[in-house]
Amino acid sequence: MSSSVSITLHQCSRTFAGDNTALQPLDLQVNAGETLVLLGPSGCGKTTTLRIISGLESPDKGGQVMFGERDVTALPIEQRDVGMVFQNYALFPNMSVADNIAYGLKIQRLPRAEIAHRLDEVMHMVDLQGFGDRRIDALSGGQKQRVALARAIAVRPKVLLFDEPLAALDAKLRDRLRIEIGQLLRELGTTAVYVTHDQDEAMALGDRIAVMQAGRIAQLGTPQEIYHQPANAFVADFIGAVNCLDVISTRADGGLVVNGGELIAAHLQGVSTVYCRPEDIQVVSVDQADVKGKVVQSIFLGQTQRLMVDTGGASPLQIEAPSRQRWPNGTAIGLALPSSVLFHPDKPTAPVNAKEMAND
Amino acid sequence: MTAASKQPFGAASYLSRPSTMVGPARRKRFIALFALLPALVIFCAFWLLPFSRLIMMGAGADPSSGVSAYLTILTHRQYLISLATTVGLSLVVSLVAVAIAGVAGFFLARQRFFGKSILVAILTFPLAFPGVVVGFLVIMLGGRQGALAQTSLWLFGERWMFAYSLAGLFIGYLYFSIPRVITTVMAACDNLDQSLEEAARSLGANTWQVTKDVIVPGIAPALLSTGAICFATSMGAFGTAFTLGTRLSILPLNIYGEFTNYANFAMAAALSVVLGVITWMALSLARRLAGGNLGASV
Repeated sequence: MSSSVSITLHQCSRTFAGDNTALQPLDLQVNAGETLVLLGPSGCGKTTTLRIISGLESPDKGGQVMFGERDVTALPIEQRDVGMVFQNYALFPNMSVADNIAYGLKIQRLPRAEIAHRLDEVMHMVDLQGFGDRRIDALSGGQKQRVALARAIAVRPKVLLFDEPLAALDAKLRDRLRIEIGQLLRELGTTAVYVTHDQDEAMALGDRIAVMQAGRIAQLGTPQEIYHQPANAFVADFIGAVNCLDVISTRADGGLVVNGGELIAAHLQGVSTVYCRPEDIQVVSVDQADVKGKVVQSIFLGQTQRLMVDTGGASPLQIEAPSRQRWPNGTAIGLALPSSVLFHPDKPTAPVNAKEMAND
Repeated sequence: MTAASKQPFGAASYLSRPSTMVGPARRKRFIALFALLPALVIFCAFWLLPFSRLIMMGAGADPSSGVSAYLTILTHRQYLISLATTVGLSLVVSLVAVAIAGVAGFFLARQRFFGKSILVAILTFPLAFPGVVVGFLVIMLGGRQGALAQTSLWLFGERWMFAYSLAGLFIGYLYFSIPRVITTVMAACDNLDQSLEEAARSLGANTWQVTKDVIVPGIAPALLSTGAICFATSMGAFGTAFTLGTRLSILPLNIYGEFTNYANFAMAAALSVVLGVITWMALSLARRLAGGNLGASV
């Protein structure tokens, strides 16, 4: 496989007609061999960033795109040596599966034997043996995206770019193909940039994730960092569900008074809001509870259930509870919120001691 | 639930009471027939009857040769040349129109510039002209008093003309064919999936390769169908040819001549049928080819 290359964006911004700024000046480094996921809601600039890396869009004046040591800012996509996978597959309808996959190889004028060899190799990799003569319209959505994947990797690109490749597939197929893409990317070791609005996809595939918001990178980090140390409320809320507890007052002993109870969190002194994830809150007996409330709704999710607990705050707390137990609406419930699961973007997370972990 | 209704095929209960099933069905069919009656009457009165009469008239003997007019067309040089000229001219016009207007249509669909909508309106304006006006415009360009004749007279002392020949017809037909192709190609380009071009480019294809492998196959159905329509229109165009001169030997003028000058109804009918059949074949062939390609879209 070709040696992988790093990608560096330097002060890349993009303004569309009518002073519509899609991307604020952006600095971004994708390490060689790494998979970076650009995650965010629609209109956040993630696709624009991908298109600037691909060469389909140019950054505004002053922006610079580097592949390794090479400045490719002025190069169009056809000279950048990238492989691209699109949401709508973008397969050539007038060509067979094999002709689609071999298209880039024919463009490179490789010898016929080499083309046949590579075709075999990539069709094996994406598990499409025997499909070479099929027409594109005779394939299912998942097969189409495998063809597109094979076509992109057949040319052994320096960089692989994915533009929401799984968004058009149904849930089951999406999960399967996501795992396969992940394996493939590790196998190839090619630098990859993957755009998605799906947080599960981002966590499963990204070595690092850049969460984007309104044309900026809100946070860049490993999936663990993004999930457990979100840089702001937007990131916390976009990646998984999050509870916000308003701090009403701070007691002399450092306890934070919130609606329904009191929290101990030495690392969160001075904050006005405390955050925690639904799955980190435990249901305990009412007399041992940090916070008390009443169940107002329970949503059965299969593996677990989500309880909405009214503690007197503006919005109910979301709690993940075991799926087999029943909490009828109106049940009084006690909640444990240990300090290790409470966080605030501006504060470092609490040191988790092994003892506390062992008790969980 | 009765035992009968639980039978796997439910056939017994269906057969035991045939009248209740057939009654409403028959009434429905009767209403459908009644509703279709006006269309049937129009179809018979204005299409089936005249056309079958035309086909039969063509089978009658041609006064000059004494044999069936259809056979006369196939055996007499004069008619064969006329047939070949008409088909050849229409074919060339269609090809040239598709080539010129295909490029222009693609350009107009993809580029944004000031005054584009006005330019498109001007380019498609000839669609509103009847054939006789197009003929008149060709005469103003290449006729005895035309722009070309005036210029050449002033420059070289002689009048250059092309209006009254096949060249004049060619220009005239091209003139009313181009707008059709432009509008069709523009619509087809709007429907082209741009990510196909982006995918081809990402694999290293240059502009020429993208055009050859993605754009032309993508708009091929539109090019075929619009080309066939140009062909059909050119085959039957009468006004332009008539304005430019009745001595041109093309099918529509022949039909007119046989009918009005020689009262040779058999030959006029036979030529009409031949013209109709060729045009119909071209249109259905194009529809078939285009349909096959359309089925392959993503």
